[in-house]
Amino acid sequence: MKLPIPPLPKALRPKPPRPGSRPAPNGSQANGAVRDLRPGAADGDGGGPSRGSGSTIPREQLREKALEVPIGIAGWLDERSGASPFARAFLYRKTPRGNNWAYTLGSATMFAFVAQAVTGVFLAMYYNPAPADAYESIARISNEVFLGEFVRGMHRWGATVMVVLIFLHMARTFFYGAYKYPRELNWLIGVVLLVLTLAMSLTGYLLPFDQRGFWATVVAVNINASGPIIGPYLADFLRGGAEFNATTLSRFYAIHMLLVPGLIAALIGAHLYLVAKLGITAPPWLKAEKDKALSRDEI
Amino acid sequence: MNAREKEEYLREYSILKNQGKSFFPYAVAKDGTMAAITMLVIIVMTLVLGAELGPKADATTTSFVPRPEWYFFFLFELLRVIKPPELTVLATVMVPTLWLVLLLLLPFFDRGPERHPLRRPIATLAGIATIAGMTYLTVIGALAGSPTEIVLQARGQEDGKLATASAGCLGCHRIGENGNEIGPELTDVGSRLPRQAIARTLLNPTAPMPTYQELQQKDPEKFQDIVDFLASLK
Ligand code: HEM
Repeated sequence: MKLPIPPLPKALRPKPPRPGSRPAPNGSQANGAVRDLRPGAADGDGGGPSRGSGSTIPREQLREKALEVPIGIAGWLDERSGASPFARAFLYRKTPRGNNWAYTLGSATMFAFVAQAVTGVFLAMYYNPAPADAYESIARISNEVFLGEFVRGMHRWGATVMVVLIFLHMARTFFYGAYKYPRELNWLIGVVLLVLTLAMSLTGYLLPFDQRGFWATVVAVNINASGPIIGPYLADFLRGGAEFNATTLSRFYAIHMLLVPGLIAALIGAHLYLVAKLGITAPPWLKAEKDKALSRDEI
Repeated sequence: MNAREKEEYLREYSILKNQGKSFFPYAVAKDGTMAAITMLVIIVMTLVLGAELGPKADATTTSFVPRPEWYFFFLFELLRVIKPPELTVLATVMVPTLWLVLLLLLPFFDRGPERHPLRRPIATLAGIATIAGMTYLTVIGALAGSPTEIVLQARGQEDGKLATASAGCLGCHRIGENGNEIGPELTDVGSRLPRQAIARTLLNPTAPMPTYQELQQKDPEKFQDIVDFLASLK
């Protein structure tokens, strides 16, 4: 698969001829000189000087078109979506000096979330959120399904790992002062992500429908109900009524595998967009020693 | 931060950013390493700790002591620390909510330009205190029993279950997943018998079931709780 040739920065693109100006005596050469900056474009290009006259221009343009036909799947996609500038801007953006391992905690949280999504899909293939069968279906996953117990364990401990990572990531951004201007919005999104992640853990705990999960959930929902103003409504929403009943389990299931993960995925998208747009903070103990070129520019 | 400080920050930041390396492949390599470590930790935990499945859920149990996931221990432990029942709501809802609101609003009340943790002593100390407090509560929560029984009983919904359990019905009858099978199963007795019939059976049972007449005379409320609970089993 050949990656598409990156488009030239604006400054380097051949300028359209000014109206009234003479046609460049050797236009193809100028083109060729610029061309050479692009990797893979040098071969066989710019062989134009020998031809010279006006009649070669259409041919040159044809050749240019032909060179731009992207090769391979990436090129096909790029020609239709125009995604490569965004991908390039994301991948080749600079990260400030002093980047250290604490900066990997956010992406590790995201990785843990993706792992949860993958193992969750496989669990959902065998899980049945009916009160009469939920426990049995989990037992089937553990005892009968190929690698079932392993995938269940991954989902279970993956949740723990994700919670630990999200707290560590939050501590990093807190102690680095990364929540300050201009990244306040990203902190807000982060706090919502934290609440949603804990909500995942809470709703997931009921699903195996064993004693532990059941009673912990009863207690948790009762605690919710004791909250002021919205507390009772929230509890009724969670239970699907005033009491634990047959629909409570499927409600928790829907919240756990559709509602909350959907929100989390969308918010991670927004979070990352802001990270890419604003850039990652530099460690707060780094000071920029005045860059000479830059201060000369300032004068 | 005022406009000048913002401008200053952005300028300083753009210098530091220009001196840095590109995200790909440098940061990506680190992130990828970290992802691999994360995966490894999850797999090792799975292999070592497994995925146990406890006994099946049973709405009629009264003796089961529920435990949340360990990372909620600090919340449950708050219940034990804040003892008086009239303050329970404080522990369960107010403190966590307040903490969350503070967290949400953090960038709006801490707006100074300083970012170095040692030069923002209040924020840093508050952060360390929060972490220390949560760690402390988690540890004593892990060591101690569960505080959740208090909540269950204080809510008052479980009276009938408690009374039924203490009256010893489960010695002979099965309710849900619990109990023995000497007498008929009571899991859905409420749909088979009307309330009065249940009360009558408790007072004039067929042998070998003992009568609960005495209970009705000594503690009519408890008796009524049992009848209500059984009638609700459908
Ligand atoms: C699902 C949960 C989350 C994911 C997947 C996530 C992901 C990320 C990633 C990949 C970054 C890039 C920088 C880094 O890795 O350190 C980042 C930055 C950031 N995150 Fe998160 N995050 C999550 C939760 C949170 C939470 C709970 C907070 C705080 C309450 C938060 C606040 C921030 C802030 C302020 C930044 C900017 C940091 C900087 O520019 O140095 N995030 N996040």
